[in-house]
Amino acid sequence: MLKLEKVDVFYKELQALWGVSLTVNAGEIVALVGPNGAGKTTTLRIISGLLKAASGEVEFMGQSLLKASPHHIVELGISQVPESGKIFTGMSVLENLELGAFVQRARKQKTESLQRVYEMFPRLAERKSQQAGTLSGGERQMLAIGRALMSAPKLLMLDEPSFGLAPILVENMFEMIARINQQGVTILLVEQNVQASLELAHRAYLLENGQIVGEGKGSELLSFESVRSAYLG
Amino acid sequence: MIQSLGQNLVFGLLVGALYGLVALGLSLIFGVTKFLNVAHGELVMFGGYACFWAFTKLGVDPFLSIPISMLLLFVLGALLYWLVFSRTVKLPEESKIKNTLLVAFGLSVILQNIALRAFTADERGITTSYASTAFTVLGVRFPIMRLASLVVAVVFLVLLTLFLHKTYTGKAIRATAQNWEAASLMGIDIHKVYLLAFALGAALAGVAGILVTVNYSIQPAMGLGWTMKALIVMVLGGLGNIPGALLGGLILGVTESATSFFISSNYREVAGLVLFLLVLIFRPQGLFGAKES
Repeated sequence: MLKLEKVDVFYKELQALWGVSLTVNAGEIVALVGPNGAGKTTTLRIISGLLKAASGEVEFMGQSLLKASPHHIVELGISQVPESGKIFTGMSVLENLELGAFVQRARKQKTESLQRVYEMFPRLAERKSQQAGTLSGGERQMLAIGRALMSAPKLLMLDEPSFGLAPILVENMFEMIARINQQGVTILLVEQNVQASLELAHRAYLLENGQIVGEGKGSELLSFESVRSAYLG
Repeated sequence: MIQSLGQNLVFGLLVGALYGLVALGLSLIFGVTKFLNVAHGELVMFGGYACFWAFTKLGVDPFLSIPISMLLLFVLGALLYWLVFSRTVKLPEESKIKNTLLVAFGLSVILQNIALRAFTADERGITTSYASTAFTVLGVRFPIMRLASLVVAVVFLVLLTLFLHKTYTGKAIRATAQNWEAASLMGIDIHKVYLLAFALGAALAGVAGILVTVNYSIQPAMGLGWTMKALIVMVLGGLGNIPGALLGGLILGVTESATSFFISSNYREVAGLVLFLLVLIFRPQGLFGAKES
C-alpha cells in the first residue's frame, strides 16, 4: 500500500534521513520505533507531504507522493494525527470533527463518519459543543484521532498517540488503535512506548539516527537483544 | 456642557465605527496569514476612488457602489497576494511579519504613485443630496452619513462573523489561522485560504474606502494615516481578533473625541498613539485578546 524507497531528507545542511526504505501492506499495523530524534516524525512528515524528500521515492497505492501537496495526499486517503494532537483549541469539538471531513471524498460520507466516531468515542459526543481547548489531555488525543478518522482514511498515521497520557489511558489508546485497524484501516504508528507498540504491531521498523537498523515481526523485534537492552532495560 | 459632552461621545463612537471597519480587513489578513500589510490604507484609498468615479461618472449612489468597490478590491487583493505576498508564505512566522512589513511598505509607495498618476493629487469628495441630513435625539445630533458608517461597519462585522463560523470555507479559514500545519493535514489547501483571506480583507478595505469618501475626502497620499489608525485599532482589539477590531475602533474614536473635548483638539492624534503604546506595554495581547493556550 505504502512504499518508501531510499528516502534522503535534509533540514538545510543537516541530513535527517539516510536511505530510509519501508513498506506498509494493506490491513497491517506497522510500528516505527526508535529514540528521540531518530527521524520518526520526519518520516511521517515526508509521507504527508509537509516535508519534501531530497531523493528516493514515496509511493501510495501505486502513485508517487513526491510532488503531491499535503491536501492532495489527504484526498488520496492518508491521514496523520500529528504529535500532541494539534487540535484547533479555539473551535468546538464538532467543528474540529467537521474539519476532519474537509476533503470532497470525505464530505460525502460526513454523517456516517461522525456517527462512527461518536460510537468509538462517546465522550466526544457528550462534549460536541464544548471548546476543544477545554478538553483534558486524553480527550484531546481522542479528538485528534476522531478528527483524522473523519477523512475516511485508508492509511492512518499516528505520531506518539500515547505521549503525555496516564498509564491507564495508554492501555485504552492501544486497544482503540487495534479496533480501528479491525475496521479495515491500515495503521502506521510512531511510538516511544516500544514495548506496547511492538506487542500491538504486526511488523515493526527500528529507526536510529535517521537509518532503519532493524525490521521484523513485532514480537521478533521485542526479543532482539539490542532492542531489549536499549529500550526495555 | 453635558449636552456637548454627549455630542462628543456620540461623535467619537460614530467615527470609531469607521476606524473599526478600516481595521477589520487588516485584522482578518493578519490573523490568518500573519502578513503585516501596511499598504492597507492604500487599499482603502482605491476603494474610495472606485466609489468616487462610480458617483461622478455613472451617478451611482455611494452606498450602492459597495459591491462594485468590494469586487474591484477583491480582485486587486488577489492579484497582490498572487504576485507579491505568496512568495513569503513559507517563511517562519517572525520573519514573515518582518518581510511582509517591508514588502507592503514598498507596495504602498508604488500604489500611491500609481494613484497620483491616474487620479492626480487633487483632493476629492462626494456630496450626496442627503449628506447633510441629521437626526436629533435629546439634543444630540446624529449626522446620517456618520450613522451609516456605524450601520455598515456592524453589518459587515456580522456578515464576516457568520461567514467564518457557519460555512465550511469559513471554518477552514479559522482553522488555518489557528494552526496552518494541522489545517493542511485536514486536506485544506492553505494557499487558497491565504488568497481568499487576503482578497476578502482587501474587499473590506474597499467598503471602508467608500465611507471615508462620503465622510472625509480622498487623495493619493491618504493611505498612511489610515494604516496607522488601523494598526492602533488592531493592537487595541487584539491581533487577528475580528469583533475586537470594531470594539477597538470605538475605543479609539471615543478616546480621540474625549481628548479634544477635555484637553485640546491638537492632541487628538497623540491620544491614539499614547493608547497604542500603553496597550503594547501593559497588555500586548490586546484589550480583548486572550493569551494563547
